[in-house]
Amino acid sequence: MADFGGGDPEAFRKEVREWVEANFPAELKGRPNPMMREERAKPSEAQEAWRKAVGAKGWGTPTWPKQYGGGGLSSAEARVIQQEFGRAGAYNPIGGMGVMMFGPTLLEYGTEDQKLEHIPPICRGDVQWCQGFSEPGAGSDLAALQTRAEDKGDHFLINGQKIWTSGAQYADWCFCLVRTDTSKKHEGISFVLFTMHQPGVEVRPIKLIAGSSPFCETFFTDARAEKKNLVGPLNGGWTIAKRLLQHERGGLSGAGGGVGMGGRSLVDLAREYVGVDEQGRIADPDLRTRVVQHEIEGRSFQQTAVRAMLESKGNSGPSAATSIMKNAGTSWMQMRHELTLEIMGHQGLGWEGDAFKPEELGAVRGWLGGKAFTIYGGSQEVQSNIISKRILGLPDLTQHN
Amino acid sequence: MAVLNEEQSMLRDAAKSWTQEKSPVTAFRKMRDSGVDIGYDANAWNEMAEMGWAGVIIPEEYGGSAFGYLSMGLILEELGRTLTASPLIASGVGAASALVLGGSDAQKSEWLPKIADGSVVGALAVDEGPHHAPEKVALAATKSGSGYSLSGTKTFVIEGLAANLLVVSARTSGKPGDKDGITLFLVPADAKGVSRKRLALADSRGAANITFDKVEVGADAVLGAVDKGGDVLEKTLDRVRAALAAEMLGSANQAFETTLDYLKVRVQFGQVIGSFQALQHRAAKMFTDLELARSAVEAALQAIDADSPDVPELVSLSKAKMGDVFHLVSNEMVQMHGGIGMTDAHDAGFYLKRARAAEAAFGSQSYHRDRYARINGY
Repeated sequence: MADFGGGDPEAFRKEVREWVEANFPAELKGRPNPMMREERAKPSEAQEAWRKAVGAKGWGTPTWPKQYGGGGLSSAEARVIQQEFGRAGAYNPIGGMGVMMFGPTLLEYGTEDQKLEHIPPICRGDVQWCQGFSEPGAGSDLAALQTRAEDKGDHFLINGQKIWTSGAQYADWCFCLVRTDTSKKHEGISFVLFTMHQPGVEVRPIKLIAGSSPFCETFFTDARAEKKNLVGPLNGGWTIAKRLLQHERGGLSGAGGGVGMGGRSLVDLAREYVGVDEQGRIADPDLRTRVVQHEIEGRSFQQTAVRAMLESKGNSGPSAATSIMKNAGTSWMQMRHELTLEIMGHQGLGWEGDAFKPEELGAVRGWLGGKAFTIYGGSQEVQSNIISKRILGLPDLTQHN
Repeated sequence: MAVLNEEQSMLRDAAKSWTQEKSPVTAFRKMRDSGVDIGYDANAWNEMAEMGWAGVIIPEEYGGSAFGYLSMGLILEELGRTLTASPLIASGVGAASALVLGGSDAQKSEWLPKIADGSVVGALAVDEGPHHAPEKVALAATKSGSGYSLSGTKTFVIEGLAANLLVVSARTSGKPGDKDGITLFLVPADAKGVSRKRLALADSRGAANITFDKVEVGADAVLGAVDKGGDVLEKTLDRVRAALAAEMLGSANQAFETTLDYLKVRVQFGQVIGSFQALQHRAAKMFTDLELARSAVEAALQAIDADSPDVPELVSLSKAKMGDVFHLVSNEMVQMHGGIGMTDAHDAGFYLKRARAAEAAFGSQSYHRDRYARINGY
């Protein structure tokens, strides 16, 4: 049963609906979240007003504890908020890596002082976070990371390079894995927080195959992290990192909000670009079969997300099962891009120019950008290793002659 | 696993302990080796009926427990794990659903209590060729006196040899392929003019071709409305398909677990073969697919219990997805077992053969993908 904390679910729905009506600026109706855009313009007055209103309510992070600025609500109430926002054509203005990954991890592992300092600005959307994990030599083998943190008494000095720091050019703070002991691999890693607004931090966007630059390289030269911003014990960062990656996978699989790419369905696109036969079926039978297969796959994925949610009544957070969802969800989304491109034919291969509709230009960029889905957040192959070892109990390979 | 209520948990636990103790795969092997023509062990079926399993979807007023289709699915999943052969789907789901959905009070009173206690075995006589095609009905029912005369042939009738009662789809108007013009009849299997030929199939389960030669039945043998049997038939078939998908879910999960156990003990190149990444990643893929298939199967059964309007598409979704996954897992079971998996002494072959028979029954993956697309307007 849904938990409405003993309250009346319909009363709560009415409260949310009335609040949204009173606070959501009409001019933003149906508009995408500005944070989802890769090239960010300065937010408009209405966008700022909406962010502040939702932030003050704690409804952008509805299930987080109230004492840190969250909504303090049950997951059933959070769904009501999501539904009512959707109904009004309103986006949730509170998001980003602070909400998706760092916040839940800090709530679990942070000290009371750390939570009081860092969680409320995330709930208000005042501070954006970026993730300093991957390095040029530490991709799938993340624990091979080399960025050093040197103990200077009340602070650490950080030197090294991170890569694939999504949104680093917009970030205020970084949660970062650093090496504090070179004699051990996993047990020599610590989890530290520091501001991006300091002289020792340099950010360079990376141009990708899709032409855009959502990711950066980030260089640290004597950057400073205060000791009070060490999360967990010294050299105990790997455990926290693994937990954070589970939150990341949960988010990347689309399991949180259900898979979906917005825009028109493949069937609609196929009707327009491929046409239908006299019985109303997609005219290319081979394509039709693959579209059905894809729809069935997507639906069973959604059913699994619902089932996982109902089964995890205790809300113990993501588990190793997120690896299943990450693999299934990301391959599904990639296939959707592939099919979209195929359905549009040559018209789906336009790079720029007015010969192509925005939707068509978006298809090719989305297809290319989507190739990252099965690489980041732990590649498809790393997830398969996690499933085989942690869920299925299959052993590691031992050395042999 | 779906969130279960107390009675469902008890039912599942009972089914689990009974199949593990009384009906392991060795019991299926024994049944196959005995060559019993009905394709199941009659004593085991009696025990199942005594536990009330044949009446799980039958209303209490007709001797059932009315626990519903998810509950039936839980039992079938356990039976599927050990490949337990029984007429539970054909009778307790197929014939029972047809009667519950379309039967008159008199028909229900006459047949449902007997189906619920297992003393009557019902079966659906629907298909007339090598592929499932419930609208391609040529078997003709023509007016004869106050009743009808049935002539034609039904193929691959599941539990057709064991059945006492046949639910027969017949054409009373139109031509094969038309949905209208199909009428359902209740025909006792010992009626004059009914002849049955046992089909020995690869999966060793019960099946028969049945010929109807001027079989005379009364007007009271009509189940539902004349010419309008297609709707009840389709709803009945959806219940059977979902039930079969639940059985397949159990079989596929057991096939996977047996294979996984083997990967952890078989040593080659000085390693257990489960340490090889080439096999680990295939195991991870199967596990992921099995989880998705479980969601699809449970959602279909729950939709039937809720009498939801999207039952047809959710059922086609589940049968297609489950068929694909059982297909994959049964192939991998043999491949990963290597030579031992090719031997008759090993169980892998049983799961492989059962997979293909279950995939083909009541609509293959391609049938249900096509149906899913048509339901959704493309």
